[in-house]
Amino acid sequence: MIRVVLPAHLRTLARVNSEVELQVEGPITQRSVLDTLETAYPMLRGTIRDFATKERRPFIRFFACGQDLSDEPLDALLPAAVAAGTQPFRIVGAMAGG
Amino acid sequence: MSQVRVLVGTRKGAFILTSDEQRKDWKIDGPHFPGWEIYHITGTPADPNRLYASQSSGWFGQVMQRSDDGGKTWEVVGNEFAYEGVPGTHKWYDGSQHPWEFKRVWHLEPSLTDPDALYAGVEDAGLFHTKDGGQTWQELPGLRSVKGDLWQPGAGGMCLHTIVLSPDNPDRIFVAISAAGAFRTDDGGQTWQPVNKGLKSDFELPDATAEVGHCVHSIAMHPSRPNVLFMQKHWDVMRTDDAGESWHEISGNLPSDFGFPIAVHAHEPETIYVIPIKSDSHHFPPDGRLRVYRSRTGGHEWEALTNGLPQSNCYVNVLRNALAVDKLESCGIYFGTTGGQVYGSVDSGDTWTPLVSNLPSVLSVEAQILP
Repeated sequence: MIRVVLPAHLRTLARVNSEVELQVEGPITQRSVLDTLETAYPMLRGTIRDFATKERRPFIRFFACGQDLSDEPLDALLPAAVAAGTQPFRIVGAMAGG
Repeated sequence: MSQVRVLVGTRKGAFILTSDEQRKDWKIDGPHFPGWEIYHITGTPADPNRLYASQSSGWFGQVMQRSDDGGKTWEVVGNEFAYEGVPGTHKWYDGSQHPWEFKRVWHLEPSLTDPDALYAGVEDAGLFHTKDGGQTWQELPGLRSVKGDLWQPGAGGMCLHTIVLSPDNPDRIFVAISAAGAFRTDDGGQTWQPVNKGLKSDFELPDATAEVGHCVHSIAMHPSRPNVLFMQKHWDVMRTDDAGESWHEISGNLPSDFGFPIAVHAHEPETIYVIPIKSDSHHFPPDGRLRVYRSRTGGHEWEALTNGLPQSNCYVNVLRNALAVDKLESCGIYFGTTGGQVYGSVDSGDTWTPLVSNLPSVLSVEAQILP
């Protein structure tokens, strides 16, 4: 199972209290994880990435295994530890305060 | 006994205020959607317990919420606002052309008869509608073809913030856009025409009487007179008696004719309200005195309403969607400030009391009467 950690506001929106677990088919990439997440939690559609382009929203970041994966290609494989479910894929609201 | 519900959207959530028809004691419920900007929360005339809220965030974008029980519980509905066809471009701050990009929903206007149908005014300026309770949204793209390439964002963005439905003609809709002006359709939104004749923007436009480009801040109508509209423009308070074919100024003796909201009394179609702001570069009341101005003559002659409002050291603003009236026999008036106060009057504005203070900055106020 793929573990995904959501930022607090999106946990509220999705009505979950902690990280979510997803059964993701095929290669484990940003695209496949987010597609599966949005299918399981349709209220998150549009809040993480653009509806049409699938590009990450400007103030969203993707972290895993101590790395910032935000600018990695959508179809690049995520780290093996994420694919194995030992580490979570973290969706983070970027620091954007004043 | 009737109940009154006041729906308040703020920079950090929504609040629902309820009272009996005496409107003395208010129960404050909220925040709903804490931490999110609620540009507008409103109820539907056909079913007062059907509410809609526009929830947005700089991080997470636009979310739409619907309630079927008066705001006790909420359900996320559709949030995909895709412009029809090739979106095209509009005028950018530097004069260049810039692609149309959806940012947020500023205003929701429910159908007068169908709780599943409503319009949404969005930034970048466009008009969308839904017929399935907000699950799916379709644009009415004819609006943007009315010289849309000349529309330019105001300081708050290029937003469609006002939607007025004609009660005697379901095909007639008025909208207002900053900074493009006022527009009218007579065929249910397929085709539009600018209705800005008579507006003068001496300081904002190179051609003061241009067909589009005016910074209209809000428009109000009394349902008994659908051809009479009142407008608070960037500067100037205006009136039309022919459904926007021509406007004339009614600012009269106002201390400033800059401001954002305008409203009409529920039972007196010639009684109107504005809240003057010192100027576009100050955005606070003249002399630090928060005054609602009322005209009982449809404009020109205005009286200051001050009883219960702060008359010194007050430097809040009142935004365009933050003034509303209720329909009880003794008309209630409500407005919210950027300082987080919501004031109410149960005597048409003669006296005011704070319903609640210290909310986040108020973006919108709506009033409902519940049976």
